[in-house]
Amino acid sequence: MGKLILQRSILGLLTLLAASALIFIGTEVLPGDLASAILQNQATPENLAKLRLDLGLDKPAILRYVEWLFGALRGDFGHSLANGRDVLEEIVPRFANTMFLAAYAAVVAVPLAVGLGLAAAIRQGGAFDRTVNILTLMTISVPEYFLAYLLIKYVAVELGWFPSLANVSSDTPFFDRLYYAFLPMVTLVLVIVAHMMRMTRASVLAVMASPYIEMAILKGLTKTRIVLRHALPNALAPIISVVALNLAYLIVGVVVVETVFVYPGLGQLMVDEVSKHDVPVVQACGLIFAATFIVLNMVADILSILSNPRLRRLR
Amino acid sequence: MTAAPDNPIVLDVRAMRVAVRTDHGDGPVLVDDVSLALRRGEVIGLIGESGAGKSTIGLASMGYTRRNCFIVGGQILFAGADLRVMTADQRRALRGLKLAYIAQSAAASFNPAMTLMDQVCEAPVRHGVMGRAEAKAAAVQLFRELDLPNPETIGLRYPHQVSGGQLQRVMAAMAMIGRPEIIVFDEPTTALDVTTQVECLAAFRRLVRVHRAAALYITHDLAVVAQIADRIMVLRRGKTVEVGDARQILQDPQEEYTRRLVRERIAGSTFVARPEGAAPLLAVERVTAHYTGRPNVIDDVSLEVFRGDTVAVVGESGSGKSTLARVVTGLLPRAAGDVRFHGASLPPRLKDRSRDQLRRIQMIYQMPDVALNPQQTLLDVIGRPVSFYFRRSRAEVRARVQELLRQMDLPEHFVDRKTSELSGGQKQRVSIARALAAEPDLIICDEVTSALDQLVGEEILRLLKRLQDELGVAYLFITHDLGTVKRIANKVVVMLRGRTVASGDTASVFAPPYHPYTELLLSSVPEMRPDWLDGVLARRAAITTA
Repeated sequence: MGKLILQRSILGLLTLLAASALIFIGTEVLPGDLASAILQNQATPENLAKLRLDLGLDKPAILRYVEWLFGALRGDFGHSLANGRDVLEEIVPRFANTMFLAAYAAVVAVPLAVGLGLAAAIRQGGAFDRTVNILTLMTISVPEYFLAYLLIKYVAVELGWFPSLANVSSDTPFFDRLYYAFLPMVTLVLVIVAHMMRMTRASVLAVMASPYIEMAILKGLTKTRIVLRHALPNALAPIISVVALNLAYLIVGVVVVETVFVYPGLGQLMVDEVSKHDVPVVQACGLIFAATFIVLNMVADILSILSNPRLRRLR
Repeated sequence: MTAAPDNPIVLDVRAMRVAVRTDHGDGPVLVDDVSLALRRGEVIGLIGESGAGKSTIGLASMGYTRRNCFIVGGQILFAGADLRVMTADQRRALRGLKLAYIAQSAAASFNPAMTLMDQVCEAPVRHGVMGRAEAKAAAVQLFRELDLPNPETIGLRYPHQVSGGQLQRVMAAMAMIGRPEIIVFDEPTTALDVTTQVECLAAFRRLVRVHRAAALYITHDLAVVAQIADRIMVLRRGKTVEVGDARQILQDPQEEYTRRLVRERIAGSTFVARPEGAAPLLAVERVTAHYTGRPNVIDDVSLEVFRGDTVAVVGESGSGKSTLARVVTGLLPRAAGDVRFHGASLPPRLKDRSRDQLRRIQMIYQMPDVALNPQQTLLDVIGRPVSFYFRRSRAEVRARVQELLRQMDLPEHFVDRKTSELSGGQKQRVSIARALAAEPDLIICDEVTSALDQLVGEEILRLLKRLQDELGVAYLFITHDLGTVKRIANKVVVMLRGRTVASGDTASVFAPPYHPYTELLLSSVPEMRPDWLDGVLARRAAITTA
């Protein structure tokens, strides 16, 4: 088993390396000169030459990539081109905000989705099953910004229960943060619940058709015990991987929701900096997103290995 | 056997009917007006072919039906209370304690993610009749009674870590731990090798006798039921054909259907082949093969097949007999040795063989359900080799397929039916037609009758023999069923762990002096005499103590 996990971890690191190269190529090597992109209409030949030298653009791309990568490993992502601040300092509070919102949404969405999926599987074909299926299908079919505006119009403006802007700052107390970030959280939950719920339902139902479930029924076990103890553990692997994909989305894909609610997260920062051509910040954001995605999927695979006794016992 | 006829009745099934009902309306009736009375300490054998309703009766006796099936009539009285009118919770309280079930496939009936001990102890602990420690002690005691290795620690294992025969006995422990009054055995030895079947049968019988439980023993094999049942109920298409004392049913059956079952099981017809020609058609010479990075699955195996021969390859699961077939067909390239066909060496790999070499060796598989694409018509399935190997026009292909169907005793108008519309026996005929369409010299038959009912399998064997007489085709017949071998094969190769332990003419291999393993295999094939199992056990005990 240890070998299997080690293999998976090495694969994850290699994927991350490849992703970092793609990010670097995407932001630096592709056609279009970085210096002229930054300077735009102030691009006199003297200015351009000076900036190129400052940015080290005269060095070969491969060397710049290696320097950037080793800097990133030490936590040195360079300095922002827009305001000259250290990129890491710029990013850390934003990333913390994004993680907070993601964790908030995950803590609500994952138990909700798995619970609804299990309940739907137990009552397969019943009114509850059908209702949950239709509702979650609706929320996943509507674009997230539209959901967000619906929530703002009805819950924030007409009912006035929660604020429409989630403009938290670093000194906002914890419970106020929960309150301000409530509507962005609900939007995200509505977007991701359907996926996880449907996968839970489908994979539990697939297992419920196995002979060992019939055996459990003939042992006189209760339905709850059968689903939780016999069906769910054997249905976990696909559920875990869908949960991981959705958690990754919570961190990587929240740009739109952050923008609608003016939530100061990493996605919003990245959008701003892309429009300002602030390459070091964009690169750092990209690398963090890639790392999040890869690490979450790696953890999901390792959990799947651990949940399967056949793989767990492998040496 | 020894069930006193005046013991109290523990299970009284009266005029039970089970039918399929779906959203689209009523389906077929699976069990029609079946009654039985089971007394304490008595074993009733339920026997019949697939579709006879035996399993449905077994499950319904526990108040359970599979998806879309419903008990639509009659009474199922356990200790005087009708399982049909009880609440779901009352029924649940009986299952796992008073009523226990042992399924056909132990490998599929254990939760792969739980240890054996957790699963064995689950019912009594969850029903609240035993504490966890007490249940564990009871389980270890049962493991010991059932002759399981390492009874103290085997419970810590997961299902995939023990063998099929052991798992089947662990399942018996799981059924017995709640001290049930009734045990339903649902074909519990069908999936096992013959030698393992003997051990399991002996263990089950001892358990039923020691604990004085009553049992329904469901099987399609009369010889198996003869060893364990006091009374036998013969079923066909959901109806009772005949009920009676075990000896009476076996020795003096009253109904024609029962007589046919008994007759085929005892004698069977013999279809032994007569080979011709001086040079072998196929010669496997000292072949060794293995899967990548694994030890050899077959090791130094040789055999010869002549035109018109039927050569049987016998052995238990894991003996390498199916691997041998894969080597001959080229699906698995051999590692060493040679395979000669018509005197010329065949390329080891399938993709290096010529189209004509491919055509001359065809294969028929164990499971016709899986081997035929359910979406294709018989014209597609059988016509494909005709157009592939002989490049005929569409009209010619159709005519040839109809001719083949006639040869298989299938109606010509089946040509446009989908394979999924056929019965198991009909599907196997289509598989044979597909193989014959290539006009091969050699057909490899991989357990072709083991997924079929006894009487249907009998017809398939008869068909294969007739085709051999007409066309002179040779068969390499892979099977674990020694009864079939004796009747159809003129030569036998006995395999054990990848090696040949005996080979030669069927008569000489199966006559003394045998190789010890051949003797073990032969003596493990159940016979119809009710005292057969006692005899085998006594002889083996004598050998081990001597």
